[in-house]
Amino acid sequence: MTPGSTPAACAALLRRDLTLAWRRRGDIALPVLYAVIVVTLFPFALGPEPQLLQRIAGGVVFVTVLLAMLLSLDGLFRPDIDDGSMEQLMLAPQPLALLVGMKILAHWLTAALPLVVVAPVLASMLHLPPPAIVVLVVALAVATPLLSLLGAVLVALAAGAKRSGMLLALMLLPLCVPVVIFAAGAVAAAQDGLPWIAPIAWLGAGLALAVVLAPLACAAALRIAMDT
Amino acid sequence: MTSPSPLLEARALCFSRQDEPVFGPVDFALHGGEVALVEGDNGSGKTTLMRVLTGMLHAGEGEVLLDGAPFALDTMAGAVVFLGHHLGLKFDLSARENLAVSAGLYGVRAGTSITAVLGDVGLAGFEDEPVRRLSAGQKKRAALARLLLLPARVWLLDEPYANLDREGIALVNRLLRDHAARGGAALVTSHGAVTFAGDEPRRIRLHA
Repeated sequence: MTPGSTPAACAALLRRDLTLAWRRRGDIALPVLYAVIVVTLFPFALGPEPQLLQRIAGGVVFVTVLLAMLLSLDGLFRPDIDDGSMEQLMLAPQPLALLVGMKILAHWLTAALPLVVVAPVLASMLHLPPPAIVVLVVALAVATPLLSLLGAVLVALAAGAKRSGMLLALMLLPLCVPVVIFAAGAVAAAQDGLPWIAPIAWLGAGLALAVVLAPLACAAALRIAMDT
Repeated sequence: MTSPSPLLEARALCFSRQDEPVFGPVDFALHGGEVALVEGDNGSGKTTLMRVLTGMLHAGEGEVLLDGAPFALDTMAGAVVFLGHHLGLKFDLSARENLAVSAGLYGVRAGTSITAVLGDVGLAGFEDEPVRRLSAGQKKRAALARLLLLPARVWLLDEPYANLDREGIALVNRLLRDHAARGGAALVTSHGAVTFAGDEPRRIRLHA
């Protein structure tokens, strides 16, 4: 790869974000730890009946993963804006949307993938039957990138505001609702022995749309945020 | 050395923030091989002018031309490199890793390498130290190394002398002189008295 070409730029940025995440491994462990703690607390609060836990398992794991992802979302663009790296990205001879897409990919790999990996363990703690666990992992594999992309757009929109955490949480809620409904719906259908592919397909359609549009929206929003 | 159309040109450039004029109108033309100093007191809009010239801030009036063509962030394709108050360095990465990212994004000037430019700015032996552990002056030098590495023809340097010792100031002057000799142009802001390597620089004054 020649330096300065588009693949080289994407690789350089992806490697940078992954290296940075690896140097701060504790920050990656935090959302996972958070998810483990929350899911562990449910049986203590609700009682250990397997039927009850089985029925709520899918929903609990989804909401927990969603909230755990929220923890890391604010750090997606903020450090780059604060230390001047975002200016360097904007002046680079590469499409900003593509570079932003790489940042979102790095965010998904470091913040969401560990949660997807730990999700089967969490689900089996709540007595979710193995066939449903497979569906849960498939649903998470499609839903978490979608959440990363939607979240990135909102973070970029809120980047111009100084204290944007509150704003972010309020804006993200309505966008999360359909994702949670479809993802948890697929797991519930699998538990009842019904076909579960349709909700996953809907999530996949949403993901395909977001992969194309979200980086463009992020780039536009970041340009506006820097134009002050 | 002077090319037919200036490398960087500003025509009646004004910038207002909430109807409050920050600077301008500013007119200048910078040809290849020229270095100009932007002077002004604190708050006179030097940094704002730099950010307008990079295209990140939209000017209220007037236009900026690069190679005689109106420029936009999408089309100027790495012709401009900007060094601002925020150095754009990741403190958890080493100077070498930081430069590798810049090289990936912008490309590398022919005949240079990361090791060579780090030696050039006096960071030999500190290449693999996390930037966090470098002194303020060494961080600045790591950021200056980026100027040498990237193929950009126009340098926009916002207060490049801040935090540098006497030797560092001489280094910036040497970098600017070499850059001009290669046919590049540079715009430098400073609020202090500065002379580039002996000769009197072109001055662009901003009034608050």
